[in-house]
Amino acid sequence: MAKFKMHLLICGGTGCNASQSQEIAQNLKNGLKDKGLENEVQVILTGCFGFCEKGPIVKVMPDNTFYTEVKPEDAREIIEEHVVKGRKVTRLLYVDPENKQQVADSKHMGFYKKQLRIALRNCGFIDPENIEEYISEDGYSALAKCLGEMKPEEVVKEIKLSGLRGRGGGGFPTGLKWEIAAGNHADQKYVVCNADEGDPGAFMDRSILEGDPHSVIEAMAINGYAIGATKGLVYIRAEYPLAIKRLLTALEQARTFGLLGKDIFGSGFDFDIELRYGAGAFVCGEETALIHSMEGMRGEPTFKPPFPAQEGYNKKPTNVNNVETYANIPIIINKGAEWFNKIGTEKSKGTKVFALAGQINNVGLIEVPMGITLREIIYEIGGGIKDGRQFKAVQTGGPSGGCLTSAHLDTPIDYDNLIAVGSMMGSGGMVVMDETSCMVAIAKFYLEFTVEESCGKCSPCRIGNKRLYEILEKITKGNGTMEDLDNLANLSRVIKDTALCGLGQTSPNPVLSTIENFYDEYVEHIKDKKCRAGVCKSLMQYVVDPVACVGCTACARNCPVNAIQGEKKMPHVISTELCIKCGACIEKCKFGAISIQ
Amino acid sequence: MNEIQSSNCCSDCGNDQLEQIANVIDLYQAKPSNLIQILHASQQIYGYLPLDVQEFIAQKMNISVSEVSGVVTFYSFFSTKPRGEHTILVCMGTACYVRGGKKLVEGLQKILGINLGETTQDGKFTLEIARCIGACGLAPAMMIDKVVYKSVNPNKLESILSKY
Ligand SMILES: Cc1cc2nc3c(=O)[nH]c(=O)nc-3n(C[C@H](O)[C@H](O)[C@H](O)COP(=O)(O)O)c2cc1C
Ligand code: SF4
Ligand code: SF4
Ligand code: SF4
Ligand code: FES
Ligand code: FES
Repeated sequence: MAKFKMHLLICGGTGCNASQSQEIAQNLKNGLKDKGLENEVQVILTGCFGFCEKGPIVKVMPDNTFYTEVKPEDAREIIEEHVVKGRKVTRLLYVDPENKQQVADSKHMGFYKKQLRIALRNCGFIDPENIEEYISEDGYSALAKCLGEMKPEEVVKEIKLSGLRGRGGGGFPTGLKWEIAAGNHADQKYVVCNADEGDPGAFMDRSILEGDPHSVIEAMAINGYAIGATKGLVYIRAEYPLAIKRLLTALEQARTFGLLGKDIFGSGFDFDIELRYGAGAFVCGEETALIHSMEGMRGEPTFKPPFPAQEGYNKKPTNVNNVETYANIPIIINKGAEWFNKIGTEKSKGTKVFALAGQINNVGLIEVPMGITLREIIYEIGGGIKDGRQFKAVQTGGPSGGCLTSAHLDTPIDYDNLIAVGSMMGSGGMVVMDETSCMVAIAKFYLEFTVEESCGKCSPCRIGNKRLYEILEKITKGNGTMEDLDNLANLSRVIKDTALCGLGQTSPNPVLSTIENFYDEYVEHIKDKKCRAGVCKSLMQYVVDPVACVGCTACARNCPVNAIQGEKKMPHVISTELCIKCGACIEKCKFGAISIQ
Repeated sequence: MNEIQSSNCCSDCGNDQLEQIANVIDLYQAKPSNLIQILHASQQIYGYLPLDVQEFIAQKMNISVSEVSGVVTFYSFFSTKPRGEHTILVCMGTACYVRGGKKLVEGLQKILGINLGETTQDGKFTLEIARCIGACGLAPAMMIDKVVYKSVNPNKLESILSKY
């Protein structure tokens, strides 16, 4: 970033790409050329800034001005006002949802204040398609340090000391994993990056690969050196075309620069990386299934042991790590284990990236130090609940995790604390819910996912989850009994204890945690036939308030089944027998006279 | 159905496509461990993977058809039925679910008159769901081919579809 006076960073992540960020970049470039400024101001298409909901984002450096929801036609004004005259384009500045004030730069945005970006250090900062930008941010210096100054066992020791744990869900200590793989001798070993990212509602791995692919490549090479592997594989979802493209570009550039291939840095160490594509099966994120899939087979998990570190890809010792885990490695080597060790809690070091989503003001990708509380995340970074509604629950850990309540808002978040309260870290999905979410329906939603994704190899998972789903379905239809609740809990425990792989072993968690934390809501569904959130359609009734109704007939004209009767200018009535609960009438009533009960 | 087949895959170009698939298999040295990569490429070439294409691949790779179809059916990304001209993927990931993704599915089913996984009579749209398309910040999201539509509400569906 040296010779330019000013930089215009445009988000080129998936979200902003969908809103024409490429055109914005092109317009900015053209505009600069018209003014003869192309050698003074550089336009860079970066990875995701994390603030996708307000995208496309344009950030001006060095003053950190943060423009949101930029349109291609805004490019001219940004150049004429900001670049040429030094005046911010105020109408594009971010507005704080709480005090309605414009925020001049990203340093003062609540969304960024409490974040600590380690794994995402380069995302939204450098051009992921230009290796020189990565190198100018100390890129590949960690690999140089390892190859030039450290023995493989010293690298392993450094990672061990850092306390880094796997970010793919399990939280296994990374250094220990490397030590085991290093200790198993074989003519060939493999390093695998797990970029399958199956949790429905998480996209941190994708953002890292789109925004900073070289950090993962560098880390895999370091991993190879540390355990004695010369081959690396990235298993990536075919649904991520942009990430695949950026990764392929980055691999090509790394080879051209001699950072992959034979005799890297003249050290005698050879290493190269190939890609393998996933094909839409969640269970392939599980490491043994992933290995079978890479071998061209059906992605069914197998019993561990043998662990991949003993017998993995092609029956050779294989080290599998997650994308985000890898993104932490180069900076740990550069800054030292001790630096990393100071961040986080006693047993969970460093940071975690979360995909913050749901009924919250600031939706996006955030990276926070371990030990932060849910309250800080939801109310400070997330800007609180949308439309001033009440917080109800937050789901972490995706289909393997659980729902937490306001009682857990002040629990410091780390691997062990989340498990202690019945959820888990998972890969980092964090979905915030308000009173419009029904907890029984949420449990059913996850079970539906599990049933669909179960590979069918073992019966507790294949049949058991189906049964759980059916019972939940029965409850949401208003046909549940109190006995069903006991059955849910008992069956859940059996599945957890007997399923073969992590998918089945964790799949009942959403059920157990919602029963534990929202017992009353289950009972309401069963005894009162009521869904307080108004989500379970079978339990709802559409009713016209005769006082508020002015008899405009709008609802009756739009009801697809003619369930609404009434004279003009007289209160209307909905027939509960005929009503199919489509919701059309509520939307049409301008007088708020129709409600769901 | 006949119409799509005759417009998209006349027998001549069918052979041409098989030839391309054969080239891909050669490129991957017909190694069974590359089966999934080969299937990805074949689906891109042929559009979908019907039984005769699976048989062709199996024969060319010298493996059994059941091995090929076992893999094809395991992965949801592979399709054995012809697809519409455009694929609509509605996101039903968690973030989109809690912001009303299901309403979009219902709306599209109504407008198009098809269920999930089906293709419209005129061969124009195939309707499917995805689990997170990586645009959670823009929930509920959907994708038509490679274009992502953000913060979609059911009222916008008609006008979005009319562009195709
Ligand atoms: C059903 C299931 C799905 C998984 N999905 C993923 C995934 O998408 N990405 C990932 O990195 N790990 C996933 N894992 C965890 C992997 O098995 C493995 O533990 C991880 O890749 C190891 O890397 P780490 O130690 O760096 O986290 C999954 C596990 C299970 C049981
Ligand atoms: S627990 Fe489920 S996903 Fe895992 S092996 Fe058994 S059936 Fe397959
Ligand atoms: S919900 Fe639908 S079916 Fe029922 S009364 Fe309203 S418009 Fe008619
Ligand atoms: S639309 Fe509302 S005000 Fe008009 S008749 Fe229906 S309920 Fe009454
Ligand atoms: S994609 Fe642009 S901020 Fe995330
Ligand atoms: S959940 Fe829909 S885009 Fe992620």
